[in-house]
Amino acid sequence: MMKNDTVIDAHNISKIYNPETIPVFAVNDVHLHLNRGEFTALVGPSGSGKTTLLNLIGGLDRPDTGNILINNIDITKLSANKLITFRLNHIGFVFQSFNLIPVLTARENVEMIMHLQKSQRMDRDTRIKQLFEEVQLSDKIDSRPSQLSGGQQQRVAVARALASKPQFVLADEPTANLDSKSASNLLDIMAKLNTEEHITFLFSTHDQRVIDRARRVITLVDGKIVSDTLPTSTA
Amino acid sequence: MWLVRLAWLNLWRNKSRTLISMAAVFFAVVLSIVLSAITVGAFDNMIKNLVSYYTGYIQVHRAGYWDEQTLENSFRRSTSMEDSMMNVNSVSGITPRLESFSLAASGDVTKGVMVVGVNPKTENQATMLENKLVAGNYLNETGNEVLLCEGLAERLKLSLNDTLILIGQGYHGATAAGRYQVKGIVHFGSPDLNDRMLFMSLNTAQQLYSAEDMITSYVFVLQEHSDLDETAEQIRHLLSNHYEVMTWGDIMPEVKQHMESEIVTDRMFLVILDILVGLGIFGTLLMMMVERSFELGMLMAIGMKKSKMIFLLVSESVFTVMGGCIIGILASIPILYYLKINPIRFSGELAKAYERFGFEAVLPASTEPENFIWQGLVVLCIGLTLALYPVWKVIKMDPVSSMKR
Repeated sequence: MMKNDTVIDAHNISKIYNPETIPVFAVNDVHLHLNRGEFTALVGPSGSGKTTLLNLIGGLDRPDTGNILINNIDITKLSANKLITFRLNHIGFVFQSFNLIPVLTARENVEMIMHLQKSQRMDRDTRIKQLFEEVQLSDKIDSRPSQLSGGQQQRVAVARALASKPQFVLADEPTANLDSKSASNLLDIMAKLNTEEHITFLFSTHDQRVIDRARRVITLVDGKIVSDTLPTSTA
Repeated sequence: MWLVRLAWLNLWRNKSRTLISMAAVFFAVVLSIVLSAITVGAFDNMIKNLVSYYTGYIQVHRAGYWDEQTLENSFRRSTSMEDSMMNVNSVSGITPRLESFSLAASGDVTKGVMVVGVNPKTENQATMLENKLVAGNYLNETGNEVLLCEGLAERLKLSLNDTLILIGQGYHGATAAGRYQVKGIVHFGSPDLNDRMLFMSLNTAQQLYSAEDMITSYVFVLQEHSDLDETAEQIRHLLSNHYEVMTWGDIMPEVKQHMESEIVTDRMFLVILDILVGLGIFGTLLMMMVERSFELGMLMAIGMKKSKMIFLLVSESVFTVMGGCIIGILASIPILYYLKINPIRFSGELAKAYERFGFEAVLPASTEPENFIWQGLVVLCIGLTLALYPVWKVIKMDPVSSMKR
């Protein structure tokens, strides 16, 4: 059984653009609670505030109101510099367009995170080996991004997101640029990591394949949560 | 260390951009080194020309002589004074002179001339007078013989071995008159000097002007022009206030001013060049920041601190600018050595203008190491100063707006 402890606890969070002219509520009084081991999809039409909400939860942006507690730390109160360190150590990011550093090999892209964490060489080597096995890319470890397919690059991006042993992974439309086979393969890997390693994933997505695999689906419209199908039984 | 490696690898992800930046720095360094070397070389050559033509680097006179150049303002030659002045570090030679104005006559032609009594040996060391001979022989220590400047010889219609009459006023109002044989004819680049100068031995001049042991000036030769002001100051300290110590710039202020205005013009050109290069480098930095905005935002998102990003970007700038500088310095070495051996020569009106001032119409290049280092450093500083732009952008950067496509 998975231990049901809280990873994300967001209260009354709002993000308002143009507050002094024509206010636009990108995120409007949202409450969100995520437990460890969840595999959650954040869905909604374009402009519904999915990416903004992910940015707020990921500490990339600050809400105009509300608090976001991650592991009981209110990230809205952290200074910009502390927030960067917090992101490094607690949150993994997977972006839509992979965003690997083109001049580094797959291994170096992942290792960069551990360099930032000042990990020891031996720890890095062990962790990298393990991560590349998990994303099934051990044979591509020394390839540069240009030598990898889109799906393989996104799997390297997942390995990079996991390199710091984060509390959870935020993935912004991770399958949007992938063909069905690569998307399915990626989802298999992420689902396996979720099941076996209890890694928490929160996706923003339009992709029905992702929605079908999620155990909890949160729907956002005009910045408000309009539905939240709670987790089914543990994976 | 991994960040330095990443910076190095980043340079080659957009080879064209890196090579354009390096080329801008390279051409700036080469152009500024060559231009500066020619300026410094030309400046040094002008000074050498000037001092070797006549003035020397420094002159010592009796106080007030320069304002009233008469024999009454001459002074007694002193071996002990010469010895103490020779002991000043950068002084490599001293030569005494007795100078006065007289009327020269030959046949039915007369002309006012400047008679310069010199020690043939030390004068030659100071001003290479013998090298200026175009006909005849050089002076001896004694004898009623003179060297005439070419222009003056033409005016007086004199040639070698002809006789010249000099009439003038000697020391303490004595009459000065004598007949002299033309032993040699010398050519001076300056038309002014070339039309009025006449040289004889110091002994002969002292006899002509009834000024035994008297001289009007000591002329100094220095090892380095850069020691000029310091040496002049040291000599002033050695001498009492009965003497005046003048540098070549004090003696010929109009020439010094002309040279300084040329240096200012060249420096302005260098500044314009540096601005153009700076704009070139800035353009590539601007392009780089736009191209990599998303990536930098992503790096910040995944946990790279701004200080590390700044280190990364500054390292990239240092590699680019240093690379361009080093290659530029290396490339300019053979160019400057070639220009030193084969200096640019002026012709036509420009050459005449130079010669009118008594300068050789050439632009030799200086190969002093500090020129390479200094110009390289200037361009390096420009490059590194411009690297503050990405630093400023990173300081202001936030991941969300940087990752907006």
